[in-house]
Order: sequence, then structure tokens, then C-alpha cells
Amino acid sequence: MRVVEKRQLLSAEEIERTLQRLAHEIVEKSGGTSNLALIGVRRRGVPLAERLARTIKGFSRVDVPVGTLDITLYRDDLSTVAAQPVVQSTEISFGVDDQDLVLVDDVLYTGRTARAAMNGLFDLGRPRRVRMCVLVDRGHRELPIEATFVGQTITTSDTEIVEVRLREIDNEERVMLVDRVS
Amino acid sequence: MLTELANQGPAHIQVPQRLRHLLEVAPLTTEQISFILDQAKPFQEFQRHPLKKLATLRGKTIALAFFEPSTRTRISFATAAARLGADTMNLQAESSSLKKGESLMDTVWTLEAMRPDAIVIRHAASGAAHFVAQRVDIPVLNAGDGTHEHPTQALLDALTIRDRKGRLEDLNVTIIGDILHSRVARSNIHLLSKFGARFTLCGPPMWVPADLETLAPRVVRMSRIEQALEGADVVMSLRVQTERLHEPPFSADDYVRLYQLTPERLKKAKPDAAVLHPGPIIRGLEIDSTVADGPQSCILEQVSNGLAVRMTLLFQLVSGLGPDAPHPASGTVQ
Repeated sequence: MRVVEKRQLLSAEEIERTLQRLAHEIVEKSGGTSNLALIGVRRRGVPLAERLARTIKGFSRVDVPVGTLDITLYRDDLSTVAAQPVVQSTEISFGVDDQDLVLVDDVLYTGRTARAAMNGLFDLGRPRRVRMCVLVDRGHRELPIEATFVGQTITTSDTEIVEVRLREIDNEERVMLVDRVS
Repeated sequence: MLTELANQGPAHIQVPQRLRHLLEVAPLTTEQISFILDQAKPFQEFQRHPLKKLATLRGKTIALAFFEPSTRTRISFATAAARLGADTMNLQAESSSLKKGESLMDTVWTLEAMRPDAIVIRHAASGAAHFVAQRVDIPVLNAGDGTHEHPTQALLDALTIRDRKGRLEDLNVTIIGDILHSRVARSNIHLLSKFGARFTLCGPPMWVPADLETLAPRVVRMSRIEQALEGADVVMSLRVQTERLHEPPFSADDYVRLYQLTPERLKKAKPDAAVLHPGPIIRGLEIDSTVADGPQSCILEQVSNGLAVRMTLLFQLVSGLGPDAPHPASGTVQ
């Protein structure tokens, strides 16, 4: 696929500042850190969740548990994809029963990933509450799902793509709005 | 600015060409095998989940066509399908219309008319799975065909070995027993050879004929078990089919005396050698209880890894196919 970069949405510095704010919001709105745990959705939700936990540790001295969730087995489009689906590990070393969970992902779009992630979580137990934190909400929801913690809300068209690049995965750090060209 | 962007998938994982069927291990590449074993890891973890039920293959049906009696492999496939959310239709040799003289293909076409999404087949004739795969439009998984291959067993053995030894490369593997009639041994030799394994085969001479040495490079036969076990990283004990013991006269007592895997004999192998057995084991015949229950034994790990490997394969072969969608690899037999 050929795509054109239209504009930069967030610089590395802005990503960092956004995460700082989100970390504070999560703790504030949760009334502290008791039973709080972060679940990074593969792939780019994972480093984001880890960074949020580090930030929370920085100002509250509390280690908030972080888990990793792979949603491949819970996708609702498996019957339409021709490519070989690749499953990765779900690594949640703590029990999710009665936990106050925050799903962390880079972009909220149709809401289908969040739906799949919730199904995955509920196969592991019965959390007390599940909320969602995303770096960018780009609209176009296809399910009744909203994020509680949003870094930046932007208006996009159908053909546009929000590309998140994180240094842990992509060796660069920024968020771009790109468009498909045919 | 124009940029080529990778698609959203996990681009850091090399995905080999998608399999249409799983008929045999022999033509698989090391990349395809490693991919299957890597993909089995999440399914291994899944076996420890409190809720062992996915909806991934919900609405799919797997036909289990066991033309030969089987308990372990059939239950393993049925459980793997159930945990992925698929339904199964069961054909068992004991109760089937085979007894009434129906041909293999007539039985398979009858099953296919009920629109399953894949067929798992076990049959006493070598090549049966291939034969069926050429005549149906859905993925076929070979659950053992005659003395030819048992690919899922070799894959679960490889997963077990890799977990225990930390690698699959350059292993010394000793196989003891009725290798001539063993599809498990054949599939294992094909698979591990691709990773550079050296094989030592040992057993009663009529079960270890010379031409087995041509199965793969680096295969030798040895008649004394103590010698065969020397320096082994992996020891595979095979079930003695007592009905075969009488073919040329050879008694169970002779077998125990000459070939039973005992703690004393196992000391000849490396101290951390992994002991595998495809089951069912006959304690006191091919394997001593102390070995079967000892710390080097992987027998029960093999069973749980069997579930993980079969879930992986069913997922890979069945997911991603709409009811009437052409398979991305259709028109090719493996």
C-alpha cells in the first residue's frame, strides 16, 4: 500500500507530555492506585502501558501491575482475512478478578479491537471495572465503545490512517496522519 | 513526503507460506516447522486458563474420521477443536459403516456432504490422507496413515524437546523399538533431521532393517541398547505392539532383557537426556516405571503439548476461510 504523509499529529515530546497527563488522569479518576492494573493491547499498546506504569511509579511510588494482551484469537474478522493470522502470547501474571483494569492501546478507531480485548480479558476472570486509555481517538466507531482516557481526539476521513511510531518498536517516535493513494 | 508503510500486522514475525493441509512432515521447511512451534506457545499458555473455551472457530465443524482405533489422538483433536469453539463430527472405526464394506472415499464424501470445514483422518493405509486430500475441497490433517507418517505427533514431540533442551538443532536422538512399523519414528526422523539431528536406531533386528538408514542423513543402527544410548540428548521409546512380537519368534521376556529402557541403561545417555514415548506406554515392557515416572520423562508434557499443537494447526488451517471462500493456497497439495 502506498500512502502519503499529510501531517504530523504528535511529536516525540508531545507524546511524552500526553502520557504524563494520562497517567495523572488515570490515578486521579481511579481515586488512587489500589487494585489498579494496566493491560497493554498488542502491539503498540504494550510499550504505552509500560510507560504509563513508569510515570505512575514516578509520582506515586506505586508499582502498578502491567499485563500484555494479544487479541488475535478474539478478532471478529478471522473468516475474511486470507493471510495467515499470527497469534502472540498474552502475558498477564496477576489475577484479573476484582481488578480495576485499564486497557491501553495506541489508536481507538472502530472499537472492534476493544471489543475483542474485553472478550479476552473476561476469559481470564471477572474484573471489577474495565476502562480504556488511548493515545489517539480518531472516530468512526462501529460499536458502542468509548475510551475514558484520551490523549488526543482528531477528525479523520475513512481513507486516512493514524500511524503511531514508538521508539521501542519503530526506532522513531511520532504520530502521523497519512492517506492512501491509489 | 511519500512513504512505504508496513501493514498493521506483527511485521517482526516471519510468516511462511500458509499450509493447505497437514499430510506429512517430510516436505515442510524448517521455517514452517519453527513457525508452527512458535505459534503453539500461546496455546500452551491457554491450557492453564481458568476458562478453556475460545470462540475463534465458532460455527466451524471438524470431521474426525478415525478409520483405525484411536483413543489418545482422537480425544486430543476433539478437545483441541472444542477449546477453539468448533464442533466435531465423529467417525470411529468400531462403529462405522466401514464394517459394512463402504469404501474410504464413499465414507469421506458422506462426511463432506455434511459440510465440515476440515477433516482429520487416521487410516491403516499409508498414503490415505494424501488420497483424501486430492479428492476433497477442505483442509485435511493426517492423524496417522499406516506406517507412513504421524505429523502432529512429530510436531508435539519437537515442541516438547525444544522446551526441554532449549533447542532443536544438532541433537543426538536414540529411538528404541519397532521402528519398521512406526509412523511416529518416521515423522520424527524427517522432522529432527531438518535441524541436523543424528539418529541411532535400536531394537530387534526384524524391526530395524538396514534400509531405515536411508530415511535421512546421519542415521545409524546399533544392536546393543547400552551402546545406542551413549551420549543421547533425546531418547524415544516406542510402544511394543505385542501382537507383532510373534511374527518372527521373539518373546516379551527377550524384549525386556535386551531393549527395555531401564534407569541403569538411561545413565549411558547424557544426564539431562529427555525421554519421550508417544503412548500408550506398557510399563515393565518397553519402559521401566522408574524411567516413565522419573524427572527425565516428558510423557505427560507430550500429552498437553499435543493439545497446544493441534489447536495451533486447526487454527492455522481452518481460520480465515469463509464458508465458500477459495483457500489462498487452493490447488496445491501441501
